[in-house]
Amino acid sequence: MTDATTEMAPFAFVRKETLEQQPAPLSVAGPLAWIRQHLLSSPLNIALTLICLYLVIDTVPGVVRFYFLDAVWSGTSRDACLAEKVGRPVGACWAYIADRFQYFIYGSYPISQRWRVNIVFAMFALGVAWLLWTNAPKKKLGIFFFFVLLPISAYVLLLGGPGAERFLGICLTLALALAALYIVLSFVPQLVKFYIGEAAVGVVQQLPVWKRFWGPKRLVLFALVVFGCLSLLVNSPGLPRVDTGLWGGMTVTFLIAAVGIVFSLPLGVVLALGRRSKLPIIQLLSVIFIEFVRGVPLITVLFMANTMLPLFVPQEWSPDRLLRPLVGVALFAAAYMAEVVRGGLQAMPKGQYEGAMSLGLGYWSMMRLIILPQALRIVIPGIVNTFIGLFKDTTLVTIVGIFDFLRTIEATLVDPTWATPTTRSTGYAFAAIFYFLCCWGMSRYSIAVEKRLAAGQKR
Amino acid sequence: MKKIARAALLAAAVAGIASSASHEARAQASRETLKTVQGRGVLNCGIGTGLAGFGIADASGTWRGMNIDFCQAVAAAVLKDAGKVKFVSLSSKDRFTALQTGESDFIAATTTWTMSRDTQLGLNFRPVYYYDGQGFMVKKATGIKSAKDLSGASICIQQGTTTELNTADYFRKNSMKFEPVTFATNNEATEAYESGRCDAFTTDQSVLYSERMRFKTPDDHLVLPETISKEPLGYIVRHGDDQWLDVISWAHYALLTAEELGVTQANVDEMREKSENPDVRRLLGKEGTFGQALGLDNDWAYRIVKAVGNYGESFERNLGQQSLLKIARGQNALWSNGGLQYAPPIR
Repeated sequence: MTDATTEMAPFAFVRKETLEQQPAPLSVAGPLAWIRQHLLSSPLNIALTLICLYLVIDTVPGVVRFYFLDAVWSGTSRDACLAEKVGRPVGACWAYIADRFQYFIYGSYPISQRWRVNIVFAMFALGVAWLLWTNAPKKKLGIFFFFVLLPISAYVLLLGGPGAERFLGICLTLALALAALYIVLSFVPQLVKFYIGEAAVGVVQQLPVWKRFWGPKRLVLFALVVFGCLSLLVNSPGLPRVDTGLWGGMTVTFLIAAVGIVFSLPLGVVLALGRRSKLPIIQLLSVIFIEFVRGVPLITVLFMANTMLPLFVPQEWSPDRLLRPLVGVALFAAAYMAEVVRGGLQAMPKGQYEGAMSLGLGYWSMMRLIILPQALRIVIPGIVNTFIGLFKDTTLVTIVGIFDFLRTIEATLVDPTWATPTTRSTGYAFAAIFYFLCCWGMSRYSIAVEKRLAAGQKR
Repeated sequence: MKKIARAALLAAAVAGIASSASHEARAQASRETLKTVQGRGVLNCGIGTGLAGFGIADASGTWRGMNIDFCQAVAAAVLKDAGKVKFVSLSSKDRFTALQTGESDFIAATTTWTMSRDTQLGLNFRPVYYYDGQGFMVKKATGIKSAKDLSGASICIQQGTTTELNTADYFRKNSMKFEPVTFATNNEATEAYESGRCDAFTTDQSVLYSERMRFKTPDDHLVLPETISKEPLGYIVRHGDDQWLDVISWAHYALLTAEELGVTQANVDEMREKSENPDVRRLLGKEGTFGQALGLDNDWAYRIVKAVGNYGESFERNLGQQSLLKIARGQNALWSNGGLQYAPPIR
């Protein structure tokens, strides 16, 4: 009916087409409106904006001038960063960072052996990239590399010496034995019938010989390649022992953080499960451990490890000076991790447990397949929070005489070679940048993981 | 409750057995440090965590300083190779424990020898390798030339240190007045002094010199000649091993004697072959069996001087005119030059 009326209308001002879309008026859209809405919407906001503006104007130009415009970028001694020698106001002395950069990375690790640290860094980067890259090929191989091969290689490469060579020999022999076993099994899979069952043997026999047991064989082959390369290094340039007292800088910081992170998560999961266990002894032990460790500051743990422990054990039994805080930090982080994971376990509705049990899953299958994947996803922010805290706590090892990254910077601050009025602020600024980049990177990654895992469950 | 008590008892017993076993082993080791070190083939030398001139890592991460030189000297004497040193970096909090437990064979860090430390910790401080003391720094423009002129001055001090007490004692003794301006850390005190909050700044003299280098215009500041406290820095060994104490002491005395006799790193070979001076011949093992009496061989002092030079060379290289610190010998000059460094005769 309405259509007809419009058609018939005698008046020319009735529009037949819709108006073209106009941009929103300036008072509700555009930069001016944004400023008005977000910065100047009320007297309180106006005041806050003005205060912030004042703070920015007051600090930013000074910081920029000090750290960039007036900064000294090259030079070989303190003269380059002294105002009266240069003849202009001098800001941050980046030349000092450049000069000591190697020291900040390797500490006192002998120069001729630093390629070993570089290899470990490269392997670490490879492992991290492999695990973090969502669509990376052969993820299982990557996990095996990161959690098994990397620690062994790092130990052999960084420490070296006869002990490490013997250890490498054992690993190599083990890998070779496994390889031989799988070669034999490829031809006669019947040998393991008692273990994998008749049906599985039948499936295996369907495959061509070289593809039988391909999964485990691949891991063993990979291990053989890595150990073989290490043995070559042991043979031709040789890996003389580098005492842990010489390690320092970023190497030690990353080492402590990596060991803490790698060990604290599995340990924490075990402790959390133990604390919720129905077996009284396991529960009691878990509770005692968690509450005891959480009840003391990390400094106390480190002091116990480095100052008290040698008093209780004979000299030849007492572990290495670097190993002690490594163990201490890992156990300390595990206790915190356990509580984070327990939070996740408690957040799981009872129905999940009952559902899993009604499917006939046992305790470990239920945890591995149903409960933990969901529980851990809930507590990713908490886990990463603990990791970031752990990373920053590594600086505390300074008090037991270990040269972590921050300590190497502080050690150079008292060096007369670079004693200038601005060395201190430059050194600490560099430390701040390093720690910020690491922690920020971890936090961004955790956000990405959360988004990916929670894609189906947005609330 | 009973259960817990029993478990605790058991744990204590285990710890007790372990610690008594380790105590015995340690007592054994502590009596024979020289043998232990020679058997191990490496000298575990306890050093500080970094102090300019005494022990600090350079750009390549190599430790340098007077303490480091001494560690190498002992290694040269005991192990015949100055390179066979493992430096155990110890913070001021765990350095005594590290020595007591045998983690380090002796300590060459900047530790002041005091009576309580010497008598209560089961350690021996000997010999004094550096006589430090608290001093004052003022701006040259004030025209102050002596600490006696400081009456009524405001002084920047670090809180809760012996420095604070020493200053009060000094001014009371000389019936002068001063106005303390205290700070939590030495850094803050230094910065406050430089920015003009106080007329003078006080701390150990060796630190005064290195702090001065950080100033915008170091030449405008003057370290006053007076030393108002005694801070003798000594090497530390465990109680109950007199032979090792002898080795450490005589390594230092060899350095001093070499300086006294004019034996240097450069001329030590020549002196050993040609010198007719009986003192030199005794020092360098050409006469007598002094090294053997020490449990070493007769070339011990030769190797020390060959490795690090004499005391004066080590001082000048690390703290003195050849270094950036430019600290004057002062009390650390040889006794023959009016200082306190005095070695008993080798005879």
